Amino acid sequence: MSTFAEFLINGLSLGSVYALIALGFVVIFRATEVVNFAHASLLLAGGYFVAVLHEPLGFWPALAAGTAGAAVVGAAVEFLVMRRHRGADHSVLAIVTIGVDILLATELTRRIGTDILALGDPWGDAVVTLGPVTIAETRIAALLAAALLITAFLLAFRHTSWGVAMRAAAESQETAALMGVRLGRVSLGAWAVAGALAAVAALFLTVFPTPGLERGTALAALKAFPAAILGGLDSTTGALAGGLIVGVTESLATGYQTDLAFLGRGIGDLAPYLVMVAVLLIRPAGLFGTKELARV
Amino acid sequence: MSERRGIPAKAYAYAAAGLVLLALPFYLERFWLQAGLFAIAAAIGAVGINLLTGATGQLSMGHAFFLAVGAYGYCALAGDGTDGLSGLGLPGWLAAVLAVGLAGLAGGAFSPIAGRLHGAYLGIATLALIFIGQHVLFNAHGLTGGYNGRAVPPLNLFGLTFDDTELLVLQVPFGSVEKLWYLGLALLLGGVAFARGVLRGRPGRAMNAIRDHRIAAGVLGIPVARHRAAVFVLSSMYAGLAGVLLALVFQRTVPEYFGMALSLEYLAMIVIGGLGSVAGAVAGGVFVALLPQLLGRYAEALPLVSAPGTGGVAPGEAARYLYGAAVVGVVLFLPGGLARLVARTPIHRPSGESR
Repeated sequence: MSTFAEFLINGLSLGSVYALIALGFVVIFRATEVVNFAHASLLLAGGYFVAVLHEPLGFWPALAAGTAGAAVVGAAVEFLVMRRHRGADHSVLAIVTIGVDILLATELTRRIGTDILALGDPWGDAVVTLGPVTIAETRIAALLAAALLITAFLLAFRHTSWGVAMRAAAESQETAALMGVRLGRVSLGAWAVAGALAAVAALFLTVFPTPGLERGTALAALKAFPAAILGGLDSTTGALAGGLIVGVTESLATGYQTDLAFLGRGIGDLAPYLVMVAVLLIRPAGLFGTKELARV
Repeated sequence: MSERRGIPAKAYAYAAAGLVLLALPFYLERFWLQAGLFAIAAAIGAVGINLLTGATGQLSMGHAFFLAVGAYGYCALAGDGTDGLSGLGLPGWLAAVLAVGLAGLAGGAFSPIAGRLHGAYLGIATLALIFIGQHVLFNAHGLTGGYNGRAVPPLNLFGLTFDDTELLVLQVPFGSVEKLWYLGLALLLGGVAFARGVLRGRPGRAMNAIRDHRIAAGVLGIPVARHRAAVFVLSSMYAGLAGVLLALVFQRTVPEYFGMALSLEYLAMIVIGGLGSVAGAVAGGVFVALLPQLLGRYAEALPLVSAPGTGGVAPGEAARYLYGAAVVGVVLFLPGGLARLVARTPIHRPSGESR
């Protein structure tokens, strides 16, 4: 039972990190209706900044700089590439983000090479023991940080003028523009916020028990895609629920993989995708996504 | 290109290009023929995904999976089991045909998803295929050979074996690549002709209608879900064919090759070539497949590119920069891709929401 509790808490913590990534993804989709396939590269960029800067600057300034750096990269992608395409077909725009992803990922993996970079986090491999349950400090930090950021984000989304502009743009771009919402700024802001959230997620994807930032980190970040999809692409609640579902599934499947040996090694990494396919079979718009209605 | 006289000039150009392609094995060394065969296989696969993503507007990230089904399907059907891996020992040609059919079946099995989802949902759902594929390839040792992959049995066709036993044709020794070159050309020609036929006929119009306005297409009486599923199957069969050809050229299939990067490459090909255009898909496929080979071959002569492992930009990476930038640049500056450069007719430009 205590191992189950450990898996569950680890899964929730991992899931909250996925939720952070998925949230950024959903924000970009809501503000611009563009699916950002370069999201994993944004995350890798944020993680790389922190890894490079933590030695000269110390961890906390490096984290701040990495977050800002990833936000700048996100904003730059929006400003230099996506803005030039506004009004084009959305599936074409999605492919443009794939082009951006190829560029960013090639550059970052070339820089990282075969190294495993440490991010210099203060938690190390310390653990907390609560009765029979042993949890790594990093996992608790991840859970708290993600909860904090998500709450702050949702509050901003609801109460600030930026959030209102974003929601207005998501409802109807044209009406929002006529009401004086500057769509360029909304979309720039969305990309920057997504980059910043991804950078924080990069930190918690690479701390203990994971060895550090490596090329494969982008693959882990990809699991936020099924998270966003199974929750429903246009729903922030969906991103949270999807992230948690994916995290818990992955953690349980990895934890009990000896019992699931007939499914082959590494079933934990596959589980998020299987859950996504299962959910999509039943609910094609995801759990919380808006069902597509067409009036003819 | 002077096309003032219309069809005759074009026919001459095609005939000349055809003759050059047929003569190449007599003059080129093995390296270039192999690179050319990669390009041919890529072109076949690109024509397939272009039917799906370009002509029907269904984003697919799972093309690599169907290539893997084709490649491994061929190995499993043609293998004789002597290497300890399961194989049915079928004759090569039958195995190749069945492997393509198998890829189509795999595409059909995905149709509950492919027929119902569209846009980003389909794109990410097909992402699952890659990971499922990789998982199976690494774990089903008896079938795929696991991490080390498995050797590809040579193809037999009309008593001719496509292996390295040398065959003298006009004093030129023909090895596997020379023989496969002609097979590849024939397959590409057939694939292109079939795709053009599909696009020009009723199914092609239905596909374009689905891309441009799904609801309007449905109202016009086009069975949207069935068409989407059918195009998915057809595109998978093209991918399976490309996979079989690639396996024959590589002579060994390894699971790592069929990862996500390969799927992204195929999307890059059709964007660079021009979405929805068969000729564009071929051009994009040749471009993306030849680029790393060219850069690798001339790495010393090129500035900014250095041999792998020396710390600089390796040829493979340089190629990825180039086609990544090409994807972004083409959509920015050349909507319609390479096909647009040649075609004089105005291209279709999708406008607004394609729901």
